[in-house]
Amino acid sequence: MAEVRSNMAGTVFQLLVSVGDQVNAGDDVVVLESMKMEVPIASEFSGVVKELRVEVGTFVNEDDVLLVLE
Amino acid sequence: MITKLLIANRGEIARRIIRTCKRMGISTVAVYSDADESALFVKEADERVRIGPPPVAESYLKIDAILEAAQQTGADAIHPGYGLLSEHADFAKRVRQQGLIFVGPPEAAIAAMGSKVEARRRMSATGLPIVPGTENALASLEEAIEAAERIGYPVMLKASSGGGGIGMQIIRDAEELKKAFAGSQARAASYFGNGDLFLEKYIEKPHHVEIQVLLDRQGNGVHLGDRECSIQRRHQKVVEEAPSPLLSAALRQEMGSKAVQAALSLGYEGVGTFEFLADESGNYYFLEMNTRLQVEHPVTEQITGLDLVEWQLRVASGESLTFQQQDVHFHGHSIEARVYAEDPVRGFPSPGKLQVLDLPEGMEGVRLDFGFQSGDTITPFYDPLIGKLVVTASTRAEAIQLLQKALNTCQITGIKSNLPQLQAIAKDERFLQGLTDTSFLTGLSLNS
Repeated sequence: MAEVRSNMAGTVFQLLVSVGDQVNAGDDVVVLESMKMEVPIASEFSGVVKELRVEVGTFVNEDDVLLVLE
Repeated sequence: MITKLLIANRGEIARRIIRTCKRMGISTVAVYSDADESALFVKEADERVRIGPPPVAESYLKIDAILEAAQQTGADAIHPGYGLLSEHADFAKRVRQQGLIFVGPPEAAIAAMGSKVEARRRMSATGLPIVPGTENALASLEEAIEAAERIGYPVMLKASSGGGGIGMQIIRDAEELKKAFAGSQARAASYFGNGDLFLEKYIEKPHHVEIQVLLDRQGNGVHLGDRECSIQRRHQKVVEEAPSPLLSAALRQEMGSKAVQAALSLGYEGVGTFEFLADESGNYYFLEMNTRLQVEHPVTEQITGLDLVEWQLRVASGESLTFQQQDVHFHGHSIEARVYAEDPVRGFPSPGKLQVLDLPEGMEGVRLDFGFQSGDTITPFYDPLIGKLVVTASTRAEAIQLLQKALNTCQITGIKSNLPQLQAIAKDERFLQGLTDTSFLTGLSLNS
C-alpha cells in the first residue's frame, strides 16, 4: 500500500483517477489550484487506486494524503 | 479631497497605496480575509475590517462585504488596486451608487475596454493601429491569397476556434499559403470541430510596450511615457523598464499622443494603460487597455517624479491636472523585477513560510515594494507576487548594474522563488542589449 501525498498547499481542482484505476509512477493523479495556477501532482508509485482521500474543492496542505494505492 | 480611503486589495499594492495616503494625510481602511489577518498591509492601515474566509470569491471579490466595511468605517472613497475588482464595471457602479468615490474611470469606460474585440474596434476608430487581419472566415484559397497580399507577408494562418498557439502557422509567401490552406482547414475541423480559418499580420520579434496616460474629469490628459514589458511567462510580466529601449523619442511621442486622444474619446478619467505589440521596424499595434493602476507603475513614477496614486486620488476628488504635456520630463532609466513565490525551473507555485526575506534596504537607487517580511506565510489563495524590486539610475547600463548588485544581495529562504531567474535575466546578453522580445524567457538558461 502506498500513499500519494501533495507536494504543496492548494485546493483540489480536478481528480484525474478513480477508484480501481491503474496508476504508473510519474502519472499525474490530481490537479491542484495554488496561487492562481493549476498544478498537476504526479504519483511517485505504481498501483491500483484503492481510496481517494480528497474531492474537488478540498483544501490540502503540503504532505497531506491525496489517495491510496495498492 | 478624500478623507478616508478604503483599499479593496491586499499585499504590496495595499501597502503602496497606504504610503501615499499617509503622506497626503488621508486615513486608510484595510479589508482582509482570514488568510491575511497578520499581513503588513492590515497592520499599517489606520483601521481594518475582516471581510471573509481566504478564497477570493468569499472575501476580496465580495462586493457586499466591501461596501458594508466602507459604510461601517465611514470611508468616503474606495481604491480597487489592480486585479481583483479593479476592472469590474459593476463594482465601480455600486460604489458610486452608495455615494462614495470610486478611484478609477467611469464604469462605461471600464465596460467598453473589458471586451478585447470591442476595445480594438473602438480604439481603431480613434486612430490607434490594430494588428491587420481578416474579419470573417476565409471562404477559399483565392480569398486567402488576396487577403494575405492586402495585409502583407508574413501572415499568420489561424483557426477561428483555436487558442493558445494551437492551429497557427506562419506563412511567408503565396506558395506557402497554397500548401498550407487545405491541410489547416482539415486540422482545424478535426481539432476544434470548426474548419474556419482567418489571417492576421505576423509580427516578427514582437515587443510588449505600453503607454501610461493620466486624465482629469475636466478633459485634460497627458501621457507619462512608455514601459517595455516583453519579459513575460504565461502572459505575466517578470521584468519591466522605462523607457523602452525599442522606441525612438519621436515614436514615443506619437504613440503617447494617440493614446491620450483615444482616452479622451472614451471620456476616460484617472490613470490608464494602453498595451501595444511593437516591432523593430517601428510598427505598433493596439492590444488592449487596462483601466486601472498597473503592477509596474513604479518605473514610470521613478522617471517622471510623479506619484501615480496621488494623482489617482486627486483626480477622483475632482481636481484638475496642474501640468501639461510639455511639463512632463523623463529622467534616467528604471527597471522593475517582480519577485514571485515560484519555482522558476518548473514554473510551479511555492507557497509556504518565508523564513528569510533579506532585501537591499537603504541601497541607493533601490525602491522596494513588498507585501511580506521574514516569518510571514505566503498562502496558496492569491497570486504568487511577493514584491517588486525597482532600480533607478541615469542610464540603462547603470540601472542594469544596480539591478545585478541589488538582486545579488537578496536572500529568500523557506520557499522557492524566481530570484535565480531574475539574476539570470539581469546578466543575459540579450537583456543587456535591449533585445527583449516576448519570446525572451523561452531562450533563458538558468544554469549560467
